[in-house]
Amino acid sequence: MSSSATEHLSRRQKRRAFKQLEADRGAWYPRWFWPSFAAPAVLWQSIFFILPFYVIIAVAFGTYDALRSPVPIFQPWFWDFAQFQEVLSDIFGSDAKYQAVYLRTFAFIIIATMLCLVIGYTVAYFVARHGGRRKTLFLVLLIAPFWINYLMRMFAWQSLLADDGFVNDVFAFVPGLTPVAWLSGKPYTVILGLVYGYVPYLVLPVYGQLDRIGSSLLEAGRDLGASPWQTFRRVTLPLSKPALLAGVIIIMLPMMGDYYTNQLLSGSPKTTMVGNIIDRSVFEPGRGALGASVVLTLIVILLVPMIYYMRTTARQAVDR
Amino acid sequence: MTDTAIAAPERTAPVGAVSARTPRGWLRNPWRKPRFLESFTWLYLAWSILPVLIAIAFSFNAGRSRSAWQGFSLRWWTEDPTDAFFNDAALRGALFQSMRLAVFTVLIAVPIGTLFAIGLDRWRGRVANTANFTILLGFVVPEIILGFALFLTITEVFTFITRGTYAQVVGLVTWQIAYSVIIVRARLLSIGSEYEEAAMDLGASPTQAIRRVLMPLLYPAIFASAAIVFADSIDDFVTVRFLSGDSGSEPLSVKIYNAARGSPTPAVNAAATMMLVVALLGVGIGILAYRFATRGQRKEGATKEFVNISI
Repeated sequence: MSSSATEHLSRRQKRRAFKQLEADRGAWYPRWFWPSFAAPAVLWQSIFFILPFYVIIAVAFGTYDALRSPVPIFQPWFWDFAQFQEVLSDIFGSDAKYQAVYLRTFAFIIIATMLCLVIGYTVAYFVARHGGRRKTLFLVLLIAPFWINYLMRMFAWQSLLADDGFVNDVFAFVPGLTPVAWLSGKPYTVILGLVYGYVPYLVLPVYGQLDRIGSSLLEAGRDLGASPWQTFRRVTLPLSKPALLAGVIIIMLPMMGDYYTNQLLSGSPKTTMVGNIIDRSVFEPGRGALGASVVLTLIVILLVPMIYYMRTTARQAVDR
Repeated sequence: MTDTAIAAPERTAPVGAVSARTPRGWLRNPWRKPRFLESFTWLYLAWSILPVLIAIAFSFNAGRSRSAWQGFSLRWWTEDPTDAFFNDAALRGALFQSMRLAVFTVLIAVPIGTLFAIGLDRWRGRVANTANFTILLGFVVPEIILGFALFLTITEVFTFITRGTYAQVVGLVTWQIAYSVIIVRARLLSIGSEYEEAAMDLGASPTQAIRRVLMPLLYPAIFASAAIVFADSIDDFVTVRFLSGDSGSEPLSVKIYNAARGSPTPAVNAAATMMLVVALLGVGIGILAYRFATRGQRKEGATKEFVNISI
């Protein structure tokens, strides 16, 4: 800027000349112009998204009054970790009352996610590879669960799995099977519910990725002498890995906070998940601090997958 | 590739190749129909959709049961004087509350999200990246975490917003902003900056270029995001339930959740069906608006494009 050619100009003249230069080059907007568009959303999310996370920390590291309702501490230098440590020892300690809940949550989610992977990948593969002219029909049917609310879908299974429901009618009819009390705290019912609830969210990203693999790559694989199985294992599967990972994360994140599936399909303490502790802490007085601590542990567990997912989707958006 | 192109090599199988008629030949034929995959897919689709259709059917059950069919009737929709969906003032009020929350959420979240998407499309730098990261974080954070955080914030800090309609709208907007940002940004990326620059070359001011050129091009994405935000807000119950006040502020989704844990009657099936109808109506209106806004500039059917957007 301080080259000799422009030295004689006042600052104001310089700015005007610069504006003119920008205007000649194309669009010129004042510096505050675009940020002001983003301002309402930024302001909203700062107050109702960032601040609430700080409140969680303030409550988890706060104290409580005589009625055990939380007293948040907002100054980090006054934070009191006693309460949080108590909850941590309830989770990780030797006589921990919540340890079983955490372990059960992980077990349910791992089994449900594996089932989702097998089912989702098979369906996505068929529609992407062999959908042919019916692809749009398949897609609409695959998306249908998105437009049907989750409650309705769990509700539907509540009826089907009732003691006198259709599933037990079939079980009574088929020799060798006896009716099962599905809705009385059976882990496999909850896992079925989780798979049913979340599989559509995995199918679509995997389908998108498989659909983008050109058939030329597969034909090249076959031309170079690979068997169909080898082509699948060495071409298709590696190419679909990013979408599989993204799909797994996108279903695991909400599953970690799921409390409604097991509430509707079992309701028994035998199938309680981490989400239920949080849910109870909202509706039972004196448990706010416990809920905050549990949420804090969830955030720590989920931070890495969340950031990984955001980075990969950001990269994909650039690649497209 | 068409089916005929795939089928052709089978007919002209080279001499000496294993015949397609023997079991081994059938297994090795790379062009055979993937029967297992196809039946698996159809089974999956039936499994994913039939239960819901059965649940809708049970709203027309004549008896009290939600699991054993006792004949067709409109008992749980209109006929029962107290328990039928349309005769139950609490359920009707809840439906109204659902729609009210969804409309408020659309009216706040979509404009804010659209403005943000436009601003971020041109505003570069570290602050912009941080803002973008924060908004998108709202997309991946599990809803229970956000709902609980807002619950604590409203009960401990912003005590002037009591739990109820205002708190619910705040929660829904916070949860939904990211959707409209993502949808509008995708459209912005495909539009590019040429139209706006052309407008300004022709003498439009920046604001005129946005208002008269960019906005009309964005309408399809805005309609699509409004429809999606509306349907999602109708369906939401996690955030809304945490932020509900008295039972009058509970929308239909929360009423259904509470009833489903007790001993529900088919009236609750009717309520859930009603919720589905309202959400689908929202999506249907969105598709119509999308059709209207993109008339003459679409490459594919409106429904297909709309579906592609909403994935």
